[in-house]
Amino acid sequence: MSLLTVVFALLFYVATLILIGGLAYRIRLYAKTPAPLKIPTMPAPTTKSGVVVRMASEVVLFNSLFKSNKWIWIFGWMFHFALLLVVLRHLRYFIEPVWTWVVLIQPFGIYAGFFMVLGLLGLWARRLFVERIRYISGPSDHLILALLVAIGVSGLMIKFVFPTDIVAVKAFFLGLMRFDLQPLPTDPMLLVHLLLVAVLMIIFPISKLLHAPGIFFSPTRNQVDDSRERRHLAPWAAKLEQGND
Amino acid sequence: MADYEIPKLNPELDVPEIPALEPDKMAGLKPFVAAPAHQEPLGFPGELVDNWQQVAIDKMGELLGKYRSLQVYLDSCVKCGACTDKCHYFLGTNDPKNMPVARQDLLRSVYRRHFTFAGKYFPKLVGARDLTEEVLDEWYSYFHQCSQCRRCSVYCPYGIDTAEISMAAREIMDAVGKGQKYCNEILGKVLKIGNNLGLPEPALVDTLEGLEEDIKMDTGVDVRLPVDVKGAEVLLITPSADFFAEPHIDGLIGYAKVFHQAGISWTLSSYASEAGNFGMFIGSYDTMRKAALRIRQAALELGVKRIVVGECGHAWRVAYSFWNTLTGVGAGADDPFGQMLQKQLDPRYPQPQHICELTSDLIDRGALKLDKSANDHRVVTFHDSCNVARATRMGDRPGGQFEIPRKVIQSVCANYVDMAPDTIRQNTFCCGGGGGLLTDDLMEIRVKGAMPRMQALDQVMNENGVNTMASICAICKSQFSKVLPYYDKPMHMIASVHQLVSDSIILGAKE
Repeated sequence: MSLLTVVFALLFYVATLILIGGLAYRIRLYAKTPAPLKIPTMPAPTTKSGVVVRMASEVVLFNSLFKSNKWIWIFGWMFHFALLLVVLRHLRYFIEPVWTWVVLIQPFGIYAGFFMVLGLLGLWARRLFVERIRYISGPSDHLILALLVAIGVSGLMIKFVFPTDIVAVKAFFLGLMRFDLQPLPTDPMLLVHLLLVAVLMIIFPISKLLHAPGIFFSPTRNQVDDSRERRHLAPWAAKLEQGND
Repeated sequence: MADYEIPKLNPELDVPEIPALEPDKMAGLKPFVAAPAHQEPLGFPGELVDNWQQVAIDKMGELLGKYRSLQVYLDSCVKCGACTDKCHYFLGTNDPKNMPVARQDLLRSVYRRHFTFAGKYFPKLVGARDLTEEVLDEWYSYFHQCSQCRRCSVYCPYGIDTAEISMAAREIMDAVGKGQKYCNEILGKVLKIGNNLGLPEPALVDTLEGLEEDIKMDTGVDVRLPVDVKGAEVLLITPSADFFAEPHIDGLIGYAKVFHQAGISWTLSSYASEAGNFGMFIGSYDTMRKAALRIRQAALELGVKRIVVGECGHAWRVAYSFWNTLTGVGAGADDPFGQMLQKQLDPRYPQPQHICELTSDLIDRGALKLDKSANDHRVVTFHDSCNVARATRMGDRPGGQFEIPRKVIQSVCANYVDMAPDTIRQNTFCCGGGGGLLTDDLMEIRVKGAMPRMQALDQVMNENGVNTMASICAICKSQFSKVLPYYDKPMHMIASVHQLVSDSIILGAKE
C-alpha cells in the first residue's frame, strides 16, 4: 500500500468525522437554543403544513432571493442546483450496484459540472465588480468561491482532459467505507480534486457554509403565525413566571 | 433648514437608485447616552463599567444561548448581497455600514473573534475583530441607525432579521452601561407612571375631558372618553401620543366615536395608559414583559371582557405577537393571574384585537353609518407601517394586516390610491423614525431615512393628486409630521386612519 493511499485515506476519514461531527454539533446547538418569541416574517403561514410549503419554496426555489435580486438568484440557483446534480452523479463511486436513477442522471451531471462553475463565476464577478458587494466581501468569501471553482474545474479536467482510472477510484472509496484500503490512482488532477473536496468538508462546519442547516432553523421562516391562538413559551422565559407578580 | 444635505427625490423611480458608497459618512451620528438616572431604574449599570469588554462578551454569550435567531443568523450569512440595497437608511445616507449585512457584521465580527474556531485562529481571514472602544463606538452609532423594520428579512434567502441583531447589540450596550437616553428614559416613565410621556392620572383625565368638550362642540353629541371604568366591556390600550399629538388625537376621537356609535362600553386605564413598549426596541425581554404585565393587571382590575389596541405599529407587534407569550393575553398563561384573566376575557373575540379589526367588523355588520362624502376633499394613500406589515396580522387570513386598514379607509373615502407595489405591504419602507429613533438628536438619520417613502409618496402626489397619507402608527405619524416639510410637503397631509373614520361617521344615526 503506497503512502499516498494511506494519507488520502486518513484525510478522508478525518474530513468525514469533522463534517459529520461538526454539523451534528451545530445542528444540536441550533435545535437546543430556544426561540423565545414569535418572529415569523409576515405574512406567514397559519399552519404547520403551510410552513413546510414556505420552507420548501425557500430551499428549492430560493423564493426570497428571487424577490430580492434576479442576478444573484440566477447565479446562486444555477450553482446550487448544478452542485446537487453533480453530487448525485458522484454517488456512483460509493454504491455497488449503482441505482438505476443514478445511472440515468449521469449525462445531466456532466452538463451540471459546467453550469456549476458558470454560476460560481457569476457570483464571483458580482463580488468583484459590484461596489456594494465588494465592500461586504472578506478574504474568506473569495477563498470559498476559489475553492469551489477549483473543485469544479479539476473535476471537469479529469472528465475531459486528464482521465483517471475511475474503477480504481471507486474501489478506493468502497474500500474506505469497508475499512479495507485499496490503492488510489496517482494522477495529479485527481489528487488535487480529492484534496480540495476534503478541505471543503473540513471547513463546512466552521464557515458560512452553515447556512445550509441554518435556514431550517431560521425563526422568521419556520414559525407558524398563530401567536394569538397558541401560547409560545421558552423554558428560560417560563422561569421568569415562577414567583410571579 | 438643516446643516446636512436633504436627499433629492427622483419621481421617475419607484424605488430609489442604489447610491455610490460613501464610507463612514454617518459614523459621527449618535444619540444621547443614557444618564445613570435613566439606566438604573431598568437594572442597567449607570455608566460604562470598568471591565466592559468582558461584560459585553459574557452578555453576548448569554444571548446566544437564549435566542436561536441570534445564533443562527450570526452563523448563516453568506454575504450574497441580496439585502444590500433594501435598507431605507442606506438608500438615504449612502453609508455602506447602513447596508443590513454590514450592520450585522459590526456584531458578527466580534462574535466570530470570541465564539468561532475560524475567528479565534484566523481572524483576518474571516473578518473577526476584537471588541475595542472604536468598535463599541461604531455599534452605538449604527445600531441606533436601524429602525428594526425587518425589510431586509423579507429579502434575505435565510430570513436573517437585522432587527434581532440590533436588539441584541442594544441589550449588550445596556449591559455595559452605554444605553440610549431616549428609549431608557421613556421606559423608566412607563414602568413608574404608566405611559411614555409620564402623564399622571389627573392630567390624563383632564385632557380627555377637554376632548369630550371638543367633540360636543363639534358634533353636538356626548361622546365619552372614559378612564378607569370598572366593568366596561373593552379596555382600550393606545399609544399615549394619541392623548396629545397631532394627528394622533383625531384618531383617538375616531375610536371614541366608533365605540359610541356601536354601543360598546369601553375604558382607558390610567395605570396602563400606553400601548407602546420600548422594551422591544432595546431587546430586553424582561423590561418588555414588565411593561406588558401592567396591561394585564389593568385588565384584571377593571374586569374587562376584551382588550383592544389602538393605532401603533410596534405596540401591535408586541400585542399580537408577544402578549400571549409575555402575559398570556391570548391563549392564557399558567399562573393564577393568567388563569383569572383567561376566565374573564370573552373567547368570542380575538384577544388582543386591533382597533381596525374591530371597526372593520362593525362596518361589515352595518353597525356604523358612514358618509364617504365627508372625505371627498381627500385623495388618500396608505403607508403600511413596518411592524404591522411584517410582524403581525389582522383578521383570519395572512395579509389581513394590509387588507383590513385599506378596507376601513375605502369604506370612508371615495378616493384611494396605493403607492408603488415595491414600497407597500410586505415591501413597505419604514417612515424613518421607528425602533427608538424618534428623537431630535437623531434628526439627520430620520430625515434621510424617510427618503424612499417620500419618493413613492411624491409619485402618487404628482400622478394621482394624493393629498393625504393615512397611517396606523403613532411613530409614523409623529415622524411624518416632522419630516414632510423637509421634502416640501405639507405636514398636515399625514392622517390617522380613524381620523378619516371620525370625519365620516354619522353620530346618533341609529337612535
